[in-house]
Amino acid sequence: MSLTSTKADGAQIVTVNAARIDAAMAIQFKEDMRSETESGPDRVILDLSSVQFIDSSGLGAIVAAMKQLGGGRRLDLAGPTPMVEKVFRLTRMDTIFNLYGSLNEAVSANNT
Amino acid sequence: MAETFACSFAATELDARSGISLVVERLRNFNLPKEQVDDVQIALSEAINNVVEHAYPGQTAGNVSIRCNLSPQELCIRICDAGPPLPDGKLPEGHPRDVNGPIESLPEGGFGWFLIRSLTNQLHYERHNGSNLLSLCFEISPPDKT
Repeated sequence: MSLTSTKADGAQIVTVNAARIDAAMAIQFKEDMRSETESGPDRVILDLSSVQFIDSSGLGAIVAAMKQLGGGRRLDLAGPTPMVEKVFRLTRMDTIFNLYGSLNEAVSANNT
Repeated sequence: MAETFACSFAATELDARSGISLVVERLRNFNLPKEQVDDVQIALSEAINNVVEHAYPGQTAGNVSIRCNLSPQELCIRICDAGPPLPDGKLPEGHPRDVNGPIESLPEGGFGWFLIRSLTNQLHYERHNGSNLLSLCFEISPPDKT
């Protein structure tokens, strides 16, 4: 799983450099998220704009990634493709996460 | 005119990914609208993930075979595996998971059958000669004009 991490405006941005977060990828994703976010800002933005496909294992791994951040920290999602957004909507996980149309939107939401 | 195509692969996560991608690729070539192909891919992946996860426990992964029938009105995908039958020999109800609790108790799985039921128009399961036959059918919307 390829994740890269940067910081902007007091938030940590983790970018998923993969086209799929599926069953074959989910455990690795969760572990990589753990090591990327072990310490750092309270707000983590997950940039999903490269992800063309997610299944329920991938969705579960994102939920797990939020849980393992622990109290007071939060995971926001940026740039979901229509397919990814649909899986969040159908499972009602769109009511749990803040979803932003783009990374820029997510980062600027930090300042308000 | 109806089109039929089929593929078969070992029930492992990586082989399943290749098999799913192959079917999706074929559907794209038939100019189905992107949104429709996305729906098919979600439901098909959940169904196949179930087979990979449950059908061949503790033994060498058996085969999964897929046959697709595409007519102008309908796409039907039949998934066949030789693993144990579904619990109670029937399709799970696939209720939506409760996401209203605190973050710590949010579900990390159990969405599969709900997604399959949400995205298919017809779902059929039967056990036949020691095999599971699961059919997912989707109404076809008119092709993209572009």
